[in-house]
Amino acid sequence: MSDEQDKPGAPQAGAGGEAQPSATPATPAAPAPAAAPPKPAAPKPPAPPVGELWERDPVSPEWKDAAADPLVAALKEEFGEAIESARSFAGDLTLVLRRDALAEVAGSLKTRHQFTYLIDICGADYPKRTPRFDVVYHLHSFVANRRIRLKVATDEATPVPTVCGVWKAANWPEREVYDMYGVRFDGHPDMTRILLWEGFNGYPLRKDFPVEGIDTGSAIYPEYYEEKAGPVTGTGTGWKPAKPPAPPAPPKPAAPAPPASPTPAPTTPAAGEPGSGA
Amino acid sequence: MSEMTLGTLPESDRLFAPEEEMELNFGPQHPSTHGVLRLKLKVDGERILACYPIIGYLHRGTEKLFELHPFFQNVPHTDRMDYVAAATNNLAYVGAVEKLVGLVVPPRARYIRTILAELQRISSHLLWLATHAIDIGAMTPFFYCFRERELILDLFEQYCGARLTLNCMRPGGLPHDLPVGWADRCRTFCEAFPPRVDEYEGLLTENRIWKKRTIGIGVLPPEVAIDYGITGPMLRGSGIDWDLRKVSPYEAYGEVEFDVPLGKNGDTYDRYLVRMEEMRQANRIVLQCLEKLPEGPVMAKRPRVLKSAKESEVYHGIEGPKGEIGFYIVGDGTPQPYRCHVRAPSFINLQVVPEMSKGALIADLVAIVGTTDIVLGEVDR
Repeated sequence: MSDEQDKPGAPQAGAGGEAQPSATPATPAAPAPAAAPPKPAAPKPPAPPVGELWERDPVSPEWKDAAADPLVAALKEEFGEAIESARSFAGDLTLVLRRDALAEVAGSLKTRHQFTYLIDICGADYPKRTPRFDVVYHLHSFVANRRIRLKVATDEATPVPTVCGVWKAANWPEREVYDMYGVRFDGHPDMTRILLWEGFNGYPLRKDFPVEGIDTGSAIYPEYYEEKAGPVTGTGTGWKPAKPPAPPAPPKPAAPAPPASPTPAPTTPAAGEPGSGA
Repeated sequence: MSEMTLGTLPESDRLFAPEEEMELNFGPQHPSTHGVLRLKLKVDGERILACYPIIGYLHRGTEKLFELHPFFQNVPHTDRMDYVAAATNNLAYVGAVEKLVGLVVPPRARYIRTILAELQRISSHLLWLATHAIDIGAMTPFFYCFRERELILDLFEQYCGARLTLNCMRPGGLPHDLPVGWADRCRTFCEAFPPRVDEYEGLLTENRIWKKRTIGIGVLPPEVAIDYGITGPMLRGSGIDWDLRKVSPYEAYGEVEFDVPLGKNGDTYDRYLVRMEEMRQANRIVLQCLEKLPEGPVMAKRPRVLKSAKESEVYHGIEGPKGEIGFYIVGDGTPQPYRCHVRAPSFINLQVVPEMSKGALIADLVAIVGTTDIVLGEVDR
């Protein structure tokens, strides 16, 4: 949705998929690329964009500082340091919050600023960053017809305060974030897995989770499989030991002898198997 | 058991002694759950004291798959989430990608997209009506609805070769223009369709059994609906005038006329009326789009490999048949999305079922699950 806070002349005015059909504004749009005096050495100053918007190369939106936004100003006045940054990209305002202030800011957004509607909560994993995870909230205000995004950073050990008390809609999405990333929510009424089964031993949307899957056999059947020595999905035919049977020497490796595989062989040996492309 | 506290009835309302309370599994295999939904019920006689949905039986890790493939190759994955409304899933996804990289879609493509999305809305509502009616015990609408749905699926097949998993949109436009004669066939269908809706309504709207089974069942007050983040016909059935096509128009919706039907009481019957009227309005939109269909290309100029900006994130939501379907995409300068999250309307709407079924009879639970209009492929993703 292209938002209401697009500045006129911004190149992404139609980025939400809505181009003005009669938009032949070669001249009005021209100042936008040309208005790049801060760049020290513009290599090709003229390059007048020709044709309709969709006949030109796409221009990626850019981050803009949103400190001047009245909502941001009001929140900064109320919470000060807790609003770590406020920027907008493609018309979406993004506020980065301090984790411990989340519940208060959310409460104020709902009661004072009429963001009565929680659209969604999701997580994101940035393993190279120090607080590794982001929890992302999308809010909507019916009164202003406006959407904002809140972000809170956290790591594996630190729980995030729940917003279930503010919007009931937060219940399942928070459980999904916990399910997929292992981020816990402090004060959540039912912090259990939601999409995966309760014994699943991993958090699949973390970036270090292998796409081909992990050994869940030992998690289901601990009496049959040693830890990490059970079958791995994606190895071809399904229920196959992760460790390939020993080469030719012993003629009877007796396939169902799972405890006989002492070395925890996670996923790497399976990659060389013929059917690994499944 | 903390999980069963949702929507629990007070002790004084019970008819039976507490020791006669029973726990019952409704699903995951049940003729009226349209997929593998399991509801753990606590019942007092035949009344529901508490309801706890257990989902995830159809989880396929779609969001992980999104991170593996380039932006273009992710469109088919979106087909398989809400598999009865693939076109609107495509539309939401390509809209998010276009917003992320700054693509502008040519007008002809915007109109064709609108047509496809509205046909998809009709077909999704038809499937909903067919199964909802059959759950409640009316057999005939099923055959009527599938008759018309078949015609829409034929139109899709003539456009893109597929009937359900359409894969009919690309970031920047459409894979191909409309085939010769398609617009005329579509117009023929649209002109014949409104009398068919009257036909369904003739079977149900004033039907005494239908009214007894739906009026006052599964009441969702507007403030509860907002608190639970409900979108789509569920929200409008509770009388809240909010339709993304109106309040923040995308594609060609700003250039066509249509009405947003609203309910009054927020019960199953009102939601039924809202959806029936939405079918008529969708039909109206398709006819207007066919009338105004501009000439020109259907694909914008775009690089062969789409790359996002180094650090970028957008959220783009559209009005799907079941509610707001949105995509949150994070880009990191590579041709793949770094993170792609789906705001699935079925997932969010299903959350309110325990609230709606508080104190209902088990037979009414079937109507409540039906009126929520969930697709488990989208709930579990």
